[in-house]
Amino acid sequence: MAATNIEVWQQATVVETVAVATNIQRIVLAPTSPKRAEPGSHLDLFVTIDGERHKRSYSVVDSTADGSRVAISVLQAPTSRGGSIFMHAVQPGDTLEITQPLQNFPLRVGAPSYVLLAGGIGVTAIVNMARVLKNLGANYTLVYAARSRERMAYLPELLALHGDRLRVHIDDEGTQLSVAELVGSVDPHAELYMCGPIRLMDAVRRAWRERELNYPNLRFETFGNSGWYDPEEFIVRVPRLGVEARVPAGRSMLEALEDAGVEMMFDCRKGECGLCEVKVLALEGAIDHRDVFYSERQQHAAAKMCCCVSRAVTSPTGLQADAARGPAIVTIAVS
Amino acid sequence: MTIIQTKSSTTNKVLNYPLNAWYVAAWDHEVTRKLISRTVADKPLAIYRAEDGRPVALADACWHRLAPLSQGKLLAKDEIQCPYHGIVYNSAGRCVSMPAQETINPSATVPSYPVVERHRFLWVWLGDATLANPDTIPDMHQMDHPEWAGDGLTIPVTCNYQLVLDNLMDLTHEEFVHGSSIGQAELSESDFEVTHDDTTVTVSRWMHNIDAPPFWLKNMRDKFPGFTGKVDRWQIIHFEAPSTINIDVGVAKAGTGAPEGDRSQGVNGYVMNTITPETARSAHYFWAFMRNYRLESQLITSQLRAGVSGVFKEDEDMLLAQQTAIDANPDYEFYNLNIDAGGLWVRRLIERMLEAEGRTVSAGRTGRVRDAD
Ligand code: FES
Ligand code: FES
Ligand SMILES: [Fe+2]
Repeated sequence: MAATNIEVWQQATVVETVAVATNIQRIVLAPTSPKRAEPGSHLDLFVTIDGERHKRSYSVVDSTADGSRVAISVLQAPTSRGGSIFMHAVQPGDTLEITQPLQNFPLRVGAPSYVLLAGGIGVTAIVNMARVLKNLGANYTLVYAARSRERMAYLPELLALHGDRLRVHIDDEGTQLSVAELVGSVDPHAELYMCGPIRLMDAVRRAWRERELNYPNLRFETFGNSGWYDPEEFIVRVPRLGVEARVPAGRSMLEALEDAGVEMMFDCRKGECGLCEVKVLALEGAIDHRDVFYSERQQHAAAKMCCCVSRAVTSPTGLQADAARGPAIVTIAVS
Repeated sequence: MTIIQTKSSTTNKVLNYPLNAWYVAAWDHEVTRKLISRTVADKPLAIYRAEDGRPVALADACWHRLAPLSQGKLLAKDEIQCPYHGIVYNSAGRCVSMPAQETINPSATVPSYPVVERHRFLWVWLGDATLANPDTIPDMHQMDHPEWAGDGLTIPVTCNYQLVLDNLMDLTHEEFVHGSSIGQAELSESDFEVTHDDTTVTVSRWMHNIDAPPFWLKNMRDKFPGFTGKVDRWQIIHFEAPSTINIDVGVAKAGTGAPEGDRSQGVNGYVMNTITPETARSAHYFWAFMRNYRLESQLITSQLRAGVSGVFKEDEDMLLAQQTAIDANPDYEFYNLNIDAGGLWVRRLIERMLEAEGRTVSAGRTGRVRDAD
């Protein structure tokens, strides 16, 4: 829906910041040109990392009807690329440069039933959808899974609002989510909207296909920032251009190549379109595919990768690089 | 508390259109397994029926390169294929196939708008889908009720939709525009009454003991062969926001009690009008003339449709001339007459809807060229 996704940039004043879970900060913004935020919408904003401006996307958790207040929530991950550190430092009265709400994850009104699945911080994309479905009197189930209770933003509010419609799964408390059970029990005409870590979303996609449910009824949003393995530093080589670059844990391979002066093609920068595709010529280590562009078969072949999100790691078991083995090295050809 | 109304409705000659509203996009019989393209409220739509008969309205622009889907192909079930690079969407506007790759980009969707088939029309909602309540579709039940018969047409008018509403809310123009069929001097001479609530406006006019104009004399004779004499004539105009106007019209033998409620000695019709803004300078004007007598006669249905069509052609010419003059005289304002009360309430209700949506009230000065139907 390109036409409805034109970025309109504006100033916004931070009016409130509050911790809503361990390492999760809720930030309420007052934009200068308010626009109503549809369920599923996000906004882009500029963060400053080492004096440089970088764009980040955050789901709109809630907003007033006229859009004069919009709330986002930011997780400061241990492997933060720096953006979340910046966001956790903002204070009431600060101004940020933000877009009006953008929409990549629209909620369709009129489905016979809905399952909303939130994994961890992915709940930020789901909260608003759940509220709208409740107001519409829709038939919905909200599933919220996380590693521990302290990490679950908005849990009390969701419990109060959704009561029996909310199902909570917490690893620490022995109530882990079983994806097989969840997808196995989904009404065949239901639409499932999910946002969460890639392992969760991948498992759901696979189960959805295995049950031969209607694939377009599975809706998900990916910001391309979670993988199968923790990000680690690796080396990328482009022999044709004589380039060798380090990709630190906090930067993408696409960014590292751009920093090294390689002219790259890209569009979405979140693993959806496939335009940043590079050919893998040689590999020491394994590829952590974080895109949704390649099929499982293609990812398995490891002949190409989407360098905006996917990374190289030392070991396919996900163990951190140790000094003895050195970083993973991926040798590529670019277009 | 006293509220002083300081706002005048006269500054906006032509109005913007609310989006949180049901508009007619097509007659039911126009929606088939053959794609049509139609612009409603400046949004081009691709309209079709799925194999199971359900109507579908998608934005008429492919997610990929905006090629018009209405020039594409209908596939099995509810699917439609873009004519350019073959992306396939379902009726929810979701991509189900991307021919050149093994996966589907999850962002690949086109807007699919809520649609409801009712009263022989396809109604579409372009605004906030969470507010689309089919109960708020205007009442046009005469269109397909067993006690009513008739038919209508669509007029592609090249003027702002509000000018059509103005036209229908004040029927004194009949004397001057429709002199040969329904016009008569008593229209301007008789008194009228205006009432309104939050979403409707009603204008009633009764003319007692007058000669029936040619159109009505013919209708009386269809029911009462050989009828001569005076009649009581009524026009009760019902507006339902934002753009539906059903007019209860008829004549009865003078003094037989029609004003008091006994219409048995008369003929009664309903002029059903619903006007769908297409662009700031064009509209789809859907109308029908329904009657509650001689239901068995297809001849009368055809004659009435042809007769009213001729009358509306006179309106169309006037509306076009008016819009041209408005655009040629951007510095001149509208002024109002007492007879405009109904039309001004209509404008006030529409302006309120627009304000509630946070949209500008006035339609811009520049018009777009209308799309070919
Ligand atoms: S830029 Fe779109 S997948 Fe990388
Ligand atoms: S424009 Fe529709 S598939 Fe390319
Ligand atoms: Fe007329």
